[in-house]
Amino acid sequence: MTSALRERLVAVAVRVAGISAIALLLVIFFFLIQQGLPALAEVPLPDLIGSRWYPIEGTFGLVPLVLGSLLVTLAATLIAVPLGVATAVFIAEVAPRSVREVLKPFIEVMAGLPSVMLGFLGIAILAPELYHRLRLTTGLTAFTGALLLGWIAIPTIVSVAEDALDAVPRGYRDGALALGANRWQTIWRVTLPAARGGVLTAVMLGIGRAFGETMAVMMVTGNAAVIPRGWGALFQPVRTMTATIAAEMGEVAGGSTHYHVLFLIGILLFLISLAVNLVGASVVFRARTRAERILS
Amino acid sequence: MNARRQRQWTQRAGFGLLTLATIVTTLPILLIVLLILQRGLAAITPEFLLAFPSDGLRAGGIFPAILGTVLLTFTMTLVVAPLGIAAGIYLAHYAPDNRLTRSIRIAILNLAGIPSVVYGLFGLAFFVIFFRMGTSILAGALTLAIMTLPVVITTTEEAVRSVPNSFHVVSVSLGGTDWQSVRRILLPQGLPGILTGVILGVERAAGETAPILFTAAAVYLPHLPTSPLDPTMALPYHLYVVSTQIPGMPAGVQYGTAAVLLILVLLMNIIATVIRSRARARRRW
Repeated sequence: MTSALRERLVAVAVRVAGISAIALLLVIFFFLIQQGLPALAEVPLPDLIGSRWYPIEGTFGLVPLVLGSLLVTLAATLIAVPLGVATAVFIAEVAPRSVREVLKPFIEVMAGLPSVMLGFLGIAILAPELYHRLRLTTGLTAFTGALLLGWIAIPTIVSVAEDALDAVPRGYRDGALALGANRWQTIWRVTLPAARGGVLTAVMLGIGRAFGETMAVMMVTGNAAVIPRGWGALFQPVRTMTATIAAEMGEVAGGSTHYHVLFLIGILLFLISLAVNLVGASVVFRARTRAERILS
Repeated sequence: MNARRQRQWTQRAGFGLLTLATIVTTLPILLIVLLILQRGLAAITPEFLLAFPSDGLRAGGIFPAILGTVLLTFTMTLVVAPLGIAAGIYLAHYAPDNRLTRSIRIAILNLAGIPSVVYGLFGLAFFVIFFRMGTSILAGALTLAIMTLPVVITTTEEAVRSVPNSFHVVSVSLGGTDWQSVRRILLPQGLPGILTGVILGVERAAGETAPILFTAAAVYLPHLPTSPLDPTMALPYHLYVVSTQIPGMPAGVQYGTAAVLLILVLLMNIIATVIRSRARARRRW
């Protein structure tokens, strides 16, 4: 094989590998559509936006599942965003070098913990504890799920936000300090505002992580498909979209209406995560090193 | 003077809050890891690691689950490593700055954000049903490979890009072709970063349950898999089963399984960290 031919072949091969990312995304969407769209023909739309999810009777109201996902994700976000951003600021701006060197790998370990393991601890320890402390009727509630999800989303938020803070040019801080601001004022009025795009990306990716999480949520939220009403619902069982797919897909007959509806939920999850991601990515966030953290 | 004192007080309070938040974030995870190791290590005996489960998973060992996870991640790596590394090289070195390249980047970002259970659905529709692989190691491994692809692509691109441009310039000025400088200069120099990316991908795949739920995993199998088209037990799925599906499960089995999974994941994390820090120490640029 001549050298010129080899050059061309390699160039084509790596190009195909790169384009495969686009192809895969399209193929995934196509197969979800192919398996999920028949649900729209089989179940009348008013039923789909109904308030009862009761597959055995052929009632497929998606509203309780969508609201369940939203409630758990919202509560998890309220926990994870302040803690995550504060931790990122601590690591990037406050912690001495030695502490930083310990915390950064620790956050990475945290991100790598299997969610099923956290789910197991949720059942074994967190749920009984909440049940006794808060005198609930059951420990498996939306709140239990939100707590776990919060800690699952935190590492994503910390590493992306920390990178955003790191990317703020040194001169900004020096300028503020030279003008007489102390370190706290510099962080609060200069560094954080300068990094706000990246911090917002971090928040969006954290929300996406919480929203798409499956196993931990399925294990601890009790899985009752009821419409959550008011904040009291936080301390009652709910069922999310992801958990519904994971719990029920194993038991349905391929090609049945129930099967198609589960794929329809998959399409919704796909589209929502796409939207969250695009919003997150479109925020001004230029430096390239971030991509690695976003994806790992 | 008073304003200054107030400013100092604010700073102290602010830093205190940030420290507190960091403790609240990290301490529970540290305690969880220690708790699982403490309770789990007591349950881990040679029999637990090397025997089949018995008595409806309540006794015996978890060998088939450990082997299954190893087989799944190994098969996955065979697929995702070449594809991901090639795509990473393309983005780092070959890709022009045009609309196609931007589309590839957006696609990768979106692939990374798809919920793992949706990958499970896709694997079911595509590999299990459309390609008639059935519930099998192959179908599960391919599903995991697609899920892990974004991590491998981006870390490879990052690693190749971090090699100083002058290396490439020198190679070309000495008469090297594109591919020669990629193969002889950029890849060897970026290898530690690429390896780290692959290992982190494997770590993530080893812990995932949702993608293999309907594509590969079985609750219990009396035999070890003999072909890539056999279903398999897997560690994370086993942990899910023993912690939710079977009444009267001894805590030892649950914590033992969790500990084995945790040790596996921690081990890969440590290997990745060591590779990275050694490469950084040895680096001459």
